[in-house]
This record gives sequence, structure tokens and C-alpha cells, in this order.
Amino acid sequence: MSFIKKPRIIHPESRPNSIGLSINDYEGAMSTLCAGCGHDSVSAGIMQAFFELDIAPHNVAKLSGIGCSSKTPTYFLRGAHGFNSVHGRMPSIATGANAANGELHYIGVSGDGDSLSIGLGQLCHAIRRNVNMLYVIENNGVYGLTKGQFSASADVGSTAKRGEANHLRPIDPILTAIDIGGSFVARGFSGDKDNLVPLIKAGIMHRGFALIDVISPCVTFNDHEGSTKSYLHTRQASHAAIYADYIPVRDEITAVLDKGANVVPLHDGGQVQFRQVDDKYDPTDRSKAAGYIRECQERSEIVTGLLYIDDDAPDLHMLSDTSETPLRDLEFKTLNPGAKALEEIQNAWS
Amino acid sequence: MNPTDTSDPSYYHRVVDCQWACPAHTDVPEYIRLIAQGRYRDSYLLNRLSNVFPGVLGRVCDRPCEPACRRGRVEEKPVAICRLKRVAADLAGDIRPYLPVVPKQKNGKRIACIGAGCASLTVANDLLPLGYEVVIFEQFDKTGGLMRTNIPAFRLPETVLNDEIDMILEMGVDLRLGQRVDSIKALLDGSFDAVFVGTGAPRGKDLNLPGRNESERIHIGIEWLESVAFKHTQDIGSNVLIIGVGNTAMDCCRTSKRLGGSNVKVIARKPRGYFKASPWELEDAEEEQIEIVVNHSPKEFVVENERLIGMTFDQLNYDEDASGNLVSRVIGEKFLPCDDVILAIGQENSFEWIERDIGIEFDRWDVPIIDRQTYQSTYEGLFFGGDAAFGPENIIWAVEHGHQAAISIHNYCEGRDIKDRLPVGMNLASTKMSIHEWSFSNDFDPSQRREMRHVDLQKRFDELNIEVEMGFSSDQAAVEIERCLNCDIQTVFSEKLCIECDACIDVCPVQCLTITSNKEEDALRASLTIPAYDKEQLLFVSSDLPQTGRVMVKDENLCVHCSLCAERCPTGAWDMRKSTLLIPYALDEKDAWPRKAG
Repeated sequence: MSFIKKPRIIHPESRPNSIGLSINDYEGAMSTLCAGCGHDSVSAGIMQAFFELDIAPHNVAKLSGIGCSSKTPTYFLRGAHGFNSVHGRMPSIATGANAANGELHYIGVSGDGDSLSIGLGQLCHAIRRNVNMLYVIENNGVYGLTKGQFSASADVGSTAKRGEANHLRPIDPILTAIDIGGSFVARGFSGDKDNLVPLIKAGIMHRGFALIDVISPCVTFNDHEGSTKSYLHTRQASHAAIYADYIPVRDEITAVLDKGANVVPLHDGGQVQFRQVDDKYDPTDRSKAAGYIRECQERSEIVTGLLYIDDDAPDLHMLSDTSETPLRDLEFKTLNPGAKALEEIQNAWS
Repeated sequence: MNPTDTSDPSYYHRVVDCQWACPAHTDVPEYIRLIAQGRYRDSYLLNRLSNVFPGVLGRVCDRPCEPACRRGRVEEKPVAICRLKRVAADLAGDIRPYLPVVPKQKNGKRIACIGAGCASLTVANDLLPLGYEVVIFEQFDKTGGLMRTNIPAFRLPETVLNDEIDMILEMGVDLRLGQRVDSIKALLDGSFDAVFVGTGAPRGKDLNLPGRNESERIHIGIEWLESVAFKHTQDIGSNVLIIGVGNTAMDCCRTSKRLGGSNVKVIARKPRGYFKASPWELEDAEEEQIEIVVNHSPKEFVVENERLIGMTFDQLNYDEDASGNLVSRVIGEKFLPCDDVILAIGQENSFEWIERDIGIEFDRWDVPIIDRQTYQSTYEGLFFGGDAAFGPENIIWAVEHGHQAAISIHNYCEGRDIKDRLPVGMNLASTKMSIHEWSFSNDFDPSQRREMRHVDLQKRFDELNIEVEMGFSSDQAAVEIERCLNCDIQTVFSEKLCIECDACIDVCPVQCLTITSNKEEDALRASLTIPAYDKEQLLFVSSDLPQTGRVMVKDENLCVHCSLCAERCPTGAWDMRKSTLLIPYALDEKDAWPRKAG
């Protein structure tokens, strides 16, 4: 962390986005995380994604629970709405907020402790309901705030800073999400923004629950030789199964198509473009995707990219047939039809 | 690109834009920090080491440092470097006890300097501590040369000038006032071991138009200023035309205003934007209600009954040709009435006192051929400096010429090769005090440049020598100091320690860092976080990074030296280190012999 504020200087060569904002307008408070924390890079990636998507900060709600990762929404999009919830309960808050106002862009930031231990049940049900939000897990394999105990995502054999090894099998949020009906499942690395930022952009624009598991090394407690979530190990063991890029509707889509690229249209009119590294890999086939990821895992490889996508899956509002119009925009009469209407409803079950 | 060699002192020197732009390479950021600490005397002495006349230059320097200042690229206006220099000079107190000691035992060598201006005085300043006997010949009864005769007292008070010149004279100069040298041959008779010519460019250019010789009221700018300085001229007519729009013209028009000129016009051939005067001098003149008439080309001096009544001009219009040059076209004629005309259209050298048959070669402009490094002419042991060397420049250049000539003279007198000079060196020391504490004020202060306070327009014309600029107040100085970006505190990178976590890239407020695969310069410049196409500004390129083999690239252009990259680096791969340039002077040569190999 630092004790001076980041100076606000607009680089004379930097260009504003199409709504007239500069990248500086997407910043937040100065980070108080350890110097070199992967989470700060993820925050920078999130700022860049929202900036490039021309989304005004006041149209975003950022939510989090407890942990190092959950502090980070303070450090980006100063002008967005925000809710810092109880430990592991962010998915419920997000579900409720989304039910009341489906027009905002929701971004939840959580960690491996917040999502895979205390909040695992919450996470699973938000995935099942396909709440329209981007859910980022900043995954470092340890509890950084309490001095580096193993978390539920630590790999078997990975060692703590003082040398002791982990014996418990990890929970893999990617496989879990694919298994229980996730509609957008991806993995990125905080040290590789070229791949991470397009994933975040596609995740924001995907209609439904977009989960991105970001390997985000803890420089203080888990960046040593025996760690399987260090900068060096992640670089050595990871490979991209697939490169994804989000192409907004306003861009000339044909102009940027890679040779041999596959395209999945999104409901906002934009597209996700894939460039497969492994030609057997099909990110629209749930069981094959899961099998491939499992194989890689057994070879101790970390596979990155947009691993599974289904943009046709109905989201929370479609599933429960709730109002697409934000409740705040409904007239009072519609929102509260009165005692007579209540009586009729109650009589229907009598 | 190849990895940047930061051990070459010129790399970090160029990052300190002000010091790079200054002919004398004054250590600007360090003297500003010394002012901040209230160490005015130390600040003055540091200034004096390179520029010899901080009080004078703190007022009238041409300020090549300011247009170069990085602050002027980060926002609109540069740090008021010159004004801060004056703060140090005004508050330095008596610094005489801290000057180099002049040995009582002389080394037996005699040096003649011709002209008592800034170049010769610098030579004396550098050579006296080495035990030389220095004789200065001056045609006038006063020292200072152009600093005294051409710069009006309302810009440079005589007391300031006298004080700084006396400091040098008191070191033991053998001063011969009123002794004009009419023959160089006589000086080269063996009575001196070396001779230095610092006679400036003392001849103002004339304008030979009809009527030029029919009136006494047509003056040559620098001669007129000189006669004002020596109080031979004490008044002027009420309507005055100044021909030319350089800095001399600005001094002439403002002086005219103080000697009775109520309607003073400066006549420019070209439109605004093409004036030679420094913007601040132009601003000060216009504040004093001096009218600047553009696009007028002098045609004739109009004299009636032996009395100058005005001038006629061609009125011009300008078009740009295909290559962007201005092409003039006459569109009419105009008569402007006046009582006096002052010609301020430039000056040139005058070497009629140098015999052409003794082995001093002249070039096709009739100026002696001088070596750019050693300042020696083609006559061994005869050196030139200041405006006498390469034509009219300014004080700070003359001082630098003096330093370099002094090194040459010393080596020449010692019988060594004068081209064998000490190289510029560099110290690089960390400023880290604790985990997030640096030994400099690293936070960015968004304050705007402070405005100089001026004596009230009503009062300043009462006397000729009322200094118009009042200097910064202590509050103004305190703010202006914080605007300095400490460009000499370098971001030093150690590749081996980098884990490529991107922390520095994310936190940099001006997005000047990029980790990318190495490429040729043009491609690399285009692929940066914010592309950097200005090749005047350097790129730092690391060697290959240990984890991915990519390189760290830093565009030096807008770095505000806030040290956030170093604070955010988990491994200490970035450090903030102060680069101190070690510039050799004549005194340093003393201890540097015999030369060590390598």
C-alpha cells in the first residue's frame, strides 16, 4: 500500500471513451492491499473493461463480502453503487438487488474463502438461479487477512509459507459451476491482462451468471516455491485452452474476425469470438468441457480462457417471470395494487 | 531494442529535462529542494558552482530550462525555475567564506582576459583557485560588460550585479579598467601564458535606409542602452519607435518609457508568433502599455528641416508557401510620426583589433574559427568564449564557455593535451528511508504556477532603477517548490527482481509503464500502454524479465517521479535513486593527473 494518493493527471495522449470519460474516471480509492497483490491487477482489469465498454460508473453496482478480495470494490469505479455484505452472503444481496432492478450492471468480487468456504452454498444457488451478474473470484489459495492458512482452493501438496503441505482436496469453482448449470464459466490470471480483460468484458455483457475464477497470487503468503498459486507456477503450469474476445455491437464485426475463429452471439447484440488453441475443445458442450478441464487438472495443468458459455440459458427474471422494469420505475399503483388485490390473492388459496 | 545502459550518465541526465537544457547544466531539482529546506546558502552555492551569477541569472536568464521543464508537459506551465533561483540568491546571506580558497602561493602562470563580462569573469573564477594570476582588460570604467550596459537597472539592480562580480574580483583579479585592447598581437608577446577573449558581440546592427545619416535622433539599441547605463543619456522624445522585436527591443522600449517616452511603439516585420523576444519579456513590455505594431517593414527615415519627424513603412501581408515558410507581400505604405528611433535588430562581433597576419584563422563571416569543445582558436594558447566565440547567445551560454575555456587554459598551461578532458560522472543513491518514506517530497502537488508580483504601474516609472519584479513571497516560493517533479530522483529498475505482477503498471498515474515483448523502436513505441511517438523523450527498456522473457518499458516523457511504482513493487525491483551529475571544472583537473587508465 502507499501513503500518497494517486495523482490525478490526465495524460495528454489518452483518449476518452465514447461517453466522454477518461480511464481516471473509473478509479477508486487508493488500495490498502499489500504491494504486488494480484487483486490490484484484477481491479485495474475491471476498470479497463468498464472504460472500454463505455459503461458509466453510476450504471454499475459492485458488491462484495469479506476478505482481501472483498475490499477491492472500494478501489475501482468510485462513482458506482456498492454494498459490502456479511461474509459469504454477497450472492444473496446481489440476487435481491438484481430482482429489484435488472437494469444495472452487477459485479460481485469475492475470494476463495468468501466463495468456497463460508459462502459456498450462497454461490451455488446464485449460479443455479443464473442471476445476471459478473462474479469474480480472486483466488489465491490462502486466507491472506488471517496470515496465510490454506483455503478450500489450495491444491493437494501445495505448501504454506513455512513448509507444511495441504492434504485436503480442493474445490474447483470452475468444475462446480459447469456442473450445477453455470452459463458463463471462465478462468483468468491476474498477471495476464491481455486475456483477462476480454473475459471481464464478455462476462459483463453476458446475460446470466458469469463466473470468472482469477488466479490472483498472494505476494505475502503464497508466492513461494512450493505454492501452486504463485506468479511463477501459474505462468509455468497454465495454458489457454481458448482465447476469447468480446466484440461490441458497434464494431465492424467482420473486420476483426480471426481466421478460424468461432463466434457466439450475445443477447446485447455483441459477440464473443473464440480462437481455440486446442482444436478438440468446444466451449459450448458442457460435459466435454468438464471432462477436458478434469483431464488437465489431473496433469496439474491450469487451463485458462472462456471455458463454457451458454447465452441462451434463461436468467433470474425470465425463470421467475418478474418485472424487467426496475421496481423504482413502476408506478405506486402497479407496485402496490392495494388491500383488495391482496385479499383476492389470499382468497385464491383459501 | 537493446536494453538501456543506465550507467551512461547521459541517460539519466536527459531525464532531468531542465538540467539537460541548461547550457551550464545547473542541478535545478537539487537547488529547489535546498530552498525547500531553508538552506538558501547551500542552494546558492550549488547554483554558483555551475552558473557563477545566480543573483543575476535569477532575474534575467534566458531560461532554456523552463520550456524544457516536464511540468510544462504534464500541465500547461513549467516550474518557475528562474524565480526560485532568485529566492535562493536573495536569501543566501554572505557566502564569501564558502568560496574556494585562492592559494597565496601562485603557480607562476599569467592569464590575460579581454573584456570584463560574464565569460572572462567565469574564467577568472575558475582559474584563481588554481593559483593563476588573472589580468582582465576592460575598455570601460566599469565591469560587467553586457550585463551592465545592456540590461536596464529596472530588471537587474546594480547592487546585485556588483555583489556577484566583486566576489570574483576579490579573489585577486588584476583588473585594468579603461584599458581598451587595440591589438591582440601586443598581448601575444609572451608576457601571458594564455589569452582569453571575452569581448562579446558589441556592435549593434545598423539599418541603411534613406535619411539614416540626416538625424542625430536615430540610435543603435545596444549603444543607446549603454549610454543610458552610464548616464550619458537621460531623456528621450515623447514619440519613440523601436525597430525590431527581440529582447534588446524590449529593454529599449521599457527604458524609453522611463526616460520620457509616452508613446512608444515596437515595430515588427513579422506577425505574432515569430517574435524573437522571450514571451515573458514581451508580456512585461505590453503590461507597460507598449504597443507592438506587426507586419511593418522599415522603408525610410523622414527628416524635415533637419529634424526627424517619422518613418515610412511597407505594410506587409504574409502567405505560407508549400513548405510552410512565410512569404511576404506588400499591401500598402504607412507613415508613423516620431521624435526618436531606436534600432534593435541584432548585434554582431567586431574584431578589427585582431591582426589578420599572425595565424588566427577567420571563417567566411569574418569570425575566428573556434573549437566547439576546447574554445581554442587556431592560434595556440588563444581562447575565445561568450558572444565573442560563436556570436550573440546569452549569459548562461557565456558562463559555460568560460568554464570549458578555463579547463582548456589550465591543461594548456600544464602542457597537456587540451582535448583530454575529464568525463562527466554520475552518482546514483537510493532515497528510500523506510517502507514508504523517501528523502524527497514525492507527492504530486496540483497547484498552478505562481505569478510574479510587480511594482505598481503608477510607481515603477518614477525612477529608472526601480526593480519591477518583486520576487516571490515565501508563500509563493513554498508552493512553487512543490510543483517541481524531482526529475533527478530516478526510477531505477532491477530486472532480476521483477515477478511481473503488473502492480507498477496499474498504479502509475501517467500510464508510462508497459511489459511487452521486445521489438524494434518504432513498433515498441506504438505498442505501449499509451503510445509514445516523441523520440526526443527516451524509452527505458529492460533486459529480458526472468519469468516470461518480456521486457519492462518506461516512457520517460511524463513520469512525475511520484515513486508509486516503487511503493507498489513487492520485490523492490523499482527503487527511487537520486542521480547527481558530476560535472568537471578546472579545479577538478588538478587532482585528476596523472590520468588513470580506464
